[in-house]
Amino acid sequence: MTVISARGLVKRYGDLAAVDGIDFEVPAGESFGLLGPNGAGKSTTMRMVGAVSARTAGDLTVLGLDPDTHGPEIRAQLGVVPQEDNLDLELRARDNLVVYGRYFGISRAECLRRADELLAFAQLEDKATAKVDDLSGGMKRRLTIARALINTPRVLMLDEPTTGLDPQARHVLWDRLFRLKERGTTLVLTTHYMDEAEQLCDRLIVVDHGRIMAEGSPAELIRRYSTREVVELRFGTDRNADAGARLESAADRVEVLPDRVLLYTDDGERLLEHVAREGMRPTTSLVRRSSLEDVFLRLTGRSLIE
Amino acid sequence: MTSTRTTGDARGPEVRRQSAVRALYAGNARAVLGRELAATRSTTWTVILSGFFEPVFYLLAMGKGLGAFIGDVTLPSGQVVSYAAFIAPGLLAVSAMNGAVYDSTWNVFFKMNMGGRLFQSMLTTSIGPLDVALGEIAFALLRGGAYAAAFLVIMQVLGLVLSPWALLAVPAVLLIAFGFASIGMAITSYMTTIQQMDVINTVLLPMFLFSATFYPITVYPEPVQWVVKAFPLWHAVELIRGLTTGALSGAMLGHLTYFVVMIAVGITFTAKRLRALFLD
Repeated sequence: MTVISARGLVKRYGDLAAVDGIDFEVPAGESFGLLGPNGAGKSTTMRMVGAVSARTAGDLTVLGLDPDTHGPEIRAQLGVVPQEDNLDLELRARDNLVVYGRYFGISRAECLRRADELLAFAQLEDKATAKVDDLSGGMKRRLTIARALINTPRVLMLDEPTTGLDPQARHVLWDRLFRLKERGTTLVLTTHYMDEAEQLCDRLIVVDHGRIMAEGSPAELIRRYSTREVVELRFGTDRNADAGARLESAADRVEVLPDRVLLYTDDGERLLEHVAREGMRPTTSLVRRSSLEDVFLRLTGRSLIE
Repeated sequence: MTSTRTTGDARGPEVRRQSAVRALYAGNARAVLGRELAATRSTTWTVILSGFFEPVFYLLAMGKGLGAFIGDVTLPSGQVVSYAAFIAPGLLAVSAMNGAVYDSTWNVFFKMNMGGRLFQSMLTTSIGPLDVALGEIAFALLRGGAYAAAFLVIMQVLGLVLSPWALLAVPAVLLIAFGFASIGMAITSYMTTIQQMDVINTVLLPMFLFSATFYPITVYPEPVQWVVKAFPLWHAVELIRGLTTGALSGAMLGHLTYFVVMIAVGITFTAKRLRALFLD
């Protein structure tokens, strides 16, 4: 069953097209990602799907309903984790869940029962009566996710779920999201972290300037748009461009970034040996597997995080 | 590309109107009111009490203190009342206004623009802008109503309630608070900076001083009287004064109408604006 279907979706603000005609479908149970740099139109797309922003043109159905005419019905079945936490600072952690559940018209008794369950899921049982301001960034994020689950949504929408969190907090969060995915919750998330997309997404679209650049599973995209391995060499800011030019023929593709040269190849070690034979002495060298970052660079000529 | 939108709109005006109402109102304003009550548990009670004491202090200082020099006042009906009994209903109206305005302006401004953007999170649920507006206004009314009831008790104790009609002052005060809260929230929803919020105080203070609160409107030349009569507080003061002194008149229906219109206008604009801000 298709949960979200967008065709020719457009959102314009005056002359600016924040979303410029995108098509995608999300089947139930899938974990679907929108990967792109800041300002690519990811959040705007999320807001349209979340029925809090009207589309300018195109077709959009969410859970079989049109957000233009069935906004409240759609919102009742979605869980939304916005980019910036907007927890209720005047309420304690547990009350945040209960009060939010009441907005959906869920009975108080049921809200209380679910709140305890969700606090346990978010590993926040001992923070039930804590003030929101006293929680760490990771805890706030988990509380926001718990809050988004209070109406047992059919789709959980997460906008940049781990931006601003430290590595450990990110892993705790990923683990929780992975559990939801295992339970069959449909996840739709935006991110500009390729490791996050690789961890969580079954399938994703790469978005830039409001358009879709590519679509597929992380592995597919890497296979299609990049080589198996990447050699990263640093020669120093002034010499990177020259080195890149010299190695043009040795690699499948060369990208010269301000701070390093990326050489795309299927055999990184062999390429490194070639570099050594040429008598070139990079200050650092690294062979790694291709990531979605490389896919994005290939597709747009820019890196994700600038 | 817009053609697909046109087919969407072609379902007929009936369907569109229905969905327009549903998009604005989920019939769940009590959840918003419930949130406010839950949040009140963490507010400082001194703030809430200060709002009650302000008009009481005015009543004691002006009514009892200044009143000793002023003596009695003759109402348009010919009835002669003490100065304290003259200004007490005015202060009652003012306390209703203050309670309602405080909750519907400053508190609403903070909920809209800072402190975690409360309205934004509310409107990602199935709740609509009209639920938010009504819930917030209901909360403002609770406070305004509580102030009014307590103030009436003080008036009774001081012997300033001159008519059994004064009992109707409680629902009248709720209507007045409803009007001020609706307009207050509507105006606030259009404000984007704290500096703009100062406009509200700029309007409230002169309205408080000049709306025939402390002396009859007849001291003004006629053109000035018309200006005063354009503002809501004058209608509120006259309505309450009529009830607590027992000087009923047909003009009171006009005052009631003024507030009914004020409520309708306020709520319409608030819901429209919240929808434009958070759902478009």
